[in-house]
Amino acid sequence: MTPLSAPEIAAILVSLKVAGVAMIGAMPLAFALAFVLARRQFAGKPLLDALVNLPLVLPPVVTGYLLLLAFGRDGWAGQALGFFGMSVLFRWTGAAIAAGVMALPLMVSPMRLALEAMDRRLEAAATSLGASPRRVFVTISLPLMLPGIIAAAVLGFAKALGEFGATAIFVSAIPGETETLPLAINALLQVPGGEAAALRLAVLALGIALLALVAAQYWQRRAGRHRV
Amino acid sequence: MTAPDFDVDISLQRGDFVGRFSFKSTRHATAIVGPSGQGKTSLLLAIAGLVTPVAGHIRLGGRTLFDAGAGIDLPARDRNLGLVFQDVRLFPHLTVRANLGYAGRATPAEIAAMAARLGVTPLLGRWPRHLSGGEARRVALGRALLARPAALLLDEPFAHLDAARAADVMTLVAAASATTPVLLVTHNITEAASIVAGIVNV
Repeated sequence: MTPLSAPEIAAILVSLKVAGVAMIGAMPLAFALAFVLARRQFAGKPLLDALVNLPLVLPPVVTGYLLLLAFGRDGWAGQALGFFGMSVLFRWTGAAIAAGVMALPLMVSPMRLALEAMDRRLEAAATSLGASPRRVFVTISLPLMLPGIIAAAVLGFAKALGEFGATAIFVSAIPGETETLPLAINALLQVPGGEAAALRLAVLALGIALLALVAAQYWQRRAGRHRV
Repeated sequence: MTAPDFDVDISLQRGDFVGRFSFKSTRHATAIVGPSGQGKTSLLLAIAGLVTPVAGHIRLGGRTLFDAGAGIDLPARDRNLGLVFQDVRLFPHLTVRANLGYAGRATPAEIAAMAARLGVTPLLGRWPRHLSGGEARRVALGRALLARPAALLLDEPFAHLDAARAADVMTLVAAASATTPVLLVTHNITEAASIVAGIVNV
């Protein structure tokens, strides 16, 4: 096998950057949503639940189009960013936003499950020992939901890595800027004789995804090793 | 005459359960005795501030922890009560040593001394899931004592212990009751009779 070509390396680097930033950027929002959905009761909860999960069922093309409308020159988000002289259109940051939105439901779900499965009486025990709400959160709640956080991070990263439809519509496929692995594979399959190169990238994508999932299992086992 | 240790007169409502508890305890260990389902555990949780009564007051020494009429409801974390739950509730992700020291008021030397008294010194580095029921219960008692509580609240402290282990725990509770008021809930007074100074029937 010949070494990786410069365009292939560029696609891998763009993919890792986009997926990493998407996952890290979506994490606080996903955590807050998981917390609200697991612990709070309020009137609009079924609607919020549905909204969070919308990217799972919506055609990615529609999600990409909606992002384009929001972040376009006339969209509310686009105008807000434009006020600061910024734009995410056709930029890798736009690809990260698309990947983050698509990954969000997969990140909320495991953290929500971890919060719902947590024995809240342990938090009561810590409180009665004089711990402040903040200390209870940091020393009890957070460590006990760690496997859920790790699952969210890895699932989110893997989903962001594989995102195709919304990214293609929202920021197109610009080599070195927004062209991630899936977009590069798609581009290669469109040109005559590109199949061999596409297969190489496909194997690479497979390897990265497999590695992420194995790492997830390892970290989850480690984090959960004290559990009964 | 000094104020009684505990001056409790509260009404509790949890789901379908409604009950009124009224008692004063003067000193040392007081047993709260009654059949299951009478809300004894809820009473302890209310005193600890983890369940809010619908009416009444809870006073400890001269301190008012709860008074519905006056709108006083001290948060659980400020009540400074050593609550030992019936189901123990050690923190599963912390070692025995870290569980004992969780309240953060004991020095490492004090934790070691408590572990020796509890007979759990060899277990200090272990995880709670490796402890037997009796060991976990003693660690939970030690964890509450090391928080330097103004009073100890024990929910069925001798349940699921064999006679020898129950006697160990009883010795610890008796020693603690010399300096700290103790309320202990039990469905079986004969097991606690030797260490309590008063009995409240519910």
